[in-house]
Order: sequence, then C-alpha cells, then structure tokens
Amino acid sequence: MKIYYDFHIHSCLSPCGDNEMTPNNIVNFAKIMGYDAIALTDHNTALNCPAVAKLAEKKGITFIPGMELCTSEEVHVVCLFYELDNALKFSEYVKSTTPTIKNKPSIFGEQLICDENDNVIGQEEALLVTASGISTEKVVKKVEEYGGICYPAHIDRSSFSILSNLGTIDEYFGFKCAEIFDIEKENELKERHPYLKNMKILSDSDAHYLENMRLPEQVIDVPENTTKAILDYLNK
Amino acid sequence: MTVKELQEKLNLSFICNENLAEQKMVTGCYCGDLLSWVMSRATDGDAWLTVMGNVTSIGVAVLADVACIILTENAPADKDAVKRAEENEVIILGTEKNSYQVAVEISKLI
Repeated sequence: MKIYYDFHIHSCLSPCGDNEMTPNNIVNFAKIMGYDAIALTDHNTALNCPAVAKLAEKKGITFIPGMELCTSEEVHVVCLFYELDNALKFSEYVKSTTPTIKNKPSIFGEQLICDENDNVIGQEEALLVTASGISTEKVVKKVEEYGGICYPAHIDRSSFSILSNLGTIDEYFGFKCAEIFDIEKENELKERHPYLKNMKILSDSDAHYLENMRLPEQVIDVPENTTKAILDYLNK
Repeated sequence: MTVKELQEKLNLSFICNENLAEQKMVTGCYCGDLLSWVMSRATDGDAWLTVMGNVTSIGVAVLADVACIILTENAPADKDAVKRAEENEVIILGTEKNSYQVAVEISKLI
C-alpha cells in the first residue's frame, strides 16, 4: 500500500523549532493534511516523542520515534526507531557523548519538553544543535544497536549534510536511504554521486514551523502502514 | 584594533553591521568551520575566519562573543544568517582570500 509520509519534523524542543510546534499542533496538522505516517526528529533528542506517540495513536497516524542526530563531523542524520523506549535510550546515549554547552534561549531558541496536552514539563538546558560524539562512519551500526535505522538528512543542502561536510556518499557508510530536501535535484545528484542510484531516496519537510509542513506528496509502498513495516522497508 | 581598522587594512567588505565596526575591538583570531568545535574554543574578541555563513554560525559568534565573522574565499552568508546577525549585532565581513592568508595578515597587525 502507498502511504504518505514525513519522517523529518521538528518540535518546540529543537532550539530552531518554533514554539508553536507542540505535539498537538504537529499531530493535528499531519492529520488534517492527510499524512499516514510521521516521525518526530528533534536535534539530538527524542524527549518529545512520548507525547507525540500518544497523540498520533489517538488520531490513527503511524508514528515513528526518531531524532535528527548531529554527528561529530556535523552531518545531520535522521534516526528512526522501532520502539519508543529504544529511541529514549539512544537519546540518553547521545547526550552522554555530547559536550555540554548551555543553551542560550535568546540566541538559539527555547528547548521545550511537552506532555500530550502541550503543557511544558521541562526545558532541555544543554544546547541541542551541537556535534555529538558519534562519527558518521559509525552511526549506522550505533543506531542499529538501539534498534533503529538511519539515513543522511538533506544531502542537497550546503551545510550540515554528508555531501557538504564529507564530500561523498558511498557504500562505506552503510546507509540504505538518503534524504533530498528539494526532490527536483534527485537526478542531478544521482549523476554526480552514482551510489545514490542504489539507495532509496526520501524527501521530508524538515519542518521547524507549522507552515513548513508540506502538503503530502511523497509516498512509499509498504506491505502495511505500521512502524515495523515502514522501517523494515527502509532497511531492505 | 577596531574591526573598522582591520577591515580597512585587509580590504575586507562589510556584509552587515558596518555601523558597529568602530566600537568592537579585535584582540585575537580563530580559524574553524566545524561549528561545535568553534563554539567551545573561539574566545571573546577573536576575528573568526570561516566559510560557514549559516544561521547557526551567528549563534556560535554570539556564544563565543567574537569581534566579527570574516567569511573567507567569498563564502556566502545566508539571508537568514544576515537577518540574525543584524538582530544580534554580529559584524560579518567577507573576502576572496582564504583563511590562512587572512590569519597571516592578522597576526602581523595584533
């Protein structure tokens, strides 16, 4: 079955994510727009996933707990997990590898942790947009250990992408998928980086504001609309 | 030395906040493009030489309290970055020279 997906969405926990990106707003927007499956991928944390998971279940949207990890080379990687608990454990692990720099909300933005009623139940004090201790060449294995899959984010962007920072994408890293923000660049990128022809190409919104959430256009064809079937498909 | 004096001596071009250049003092220099690295190592008063002109760079500049950002090798500043720099009084300058060449010149001046 074909499902509409967006596996790269930020909440108000990401410093650059708008404070209007609350769990309820994200899930309600995704529902109204007609998405079948979404993932929440805040920078270096999964702490707003529990709230979004509860709400998505109520609304009948498949939810994938995730994170946009910043590797030690500042390559952004979308990490998606089969189980919420494992996403949270990975979140703790990422924190343990990341040098603590205190967030300055006036510069980078607030980092709000919410419950399923959009109540702010905490603030992450450590700045989340900084390099973790996980290198790009080890990230696939590391995420696998925590029961997840991962792929390089917005490879067409000029910063925080595998192509901008490392100049190449090939078999060596072990990624099976890649995300292109502007899908019109797909053919051009495949010409320049032929290994992409062996990968599944995804395009997500990387929404930091509600208005950045896209109308559903991208689809994947999966046996059923469940977290497991989707991740199995991406990992094939 | 003020940022203005540095700009004149190295023939740098202003990308934003030229009006602050006579107030801010340059006391050192730091070269780096890995933002997380720069964030915890650049020190206040540094002229920061980099090719990273994105919005996060501005946050890093504020956090480290550098005197200015110098985008080398004609690296562009994103529109959002310029806006954020204007809001946060971060001076951005540009040059066609590379970071090594600019750093060498700065070392003769400070």
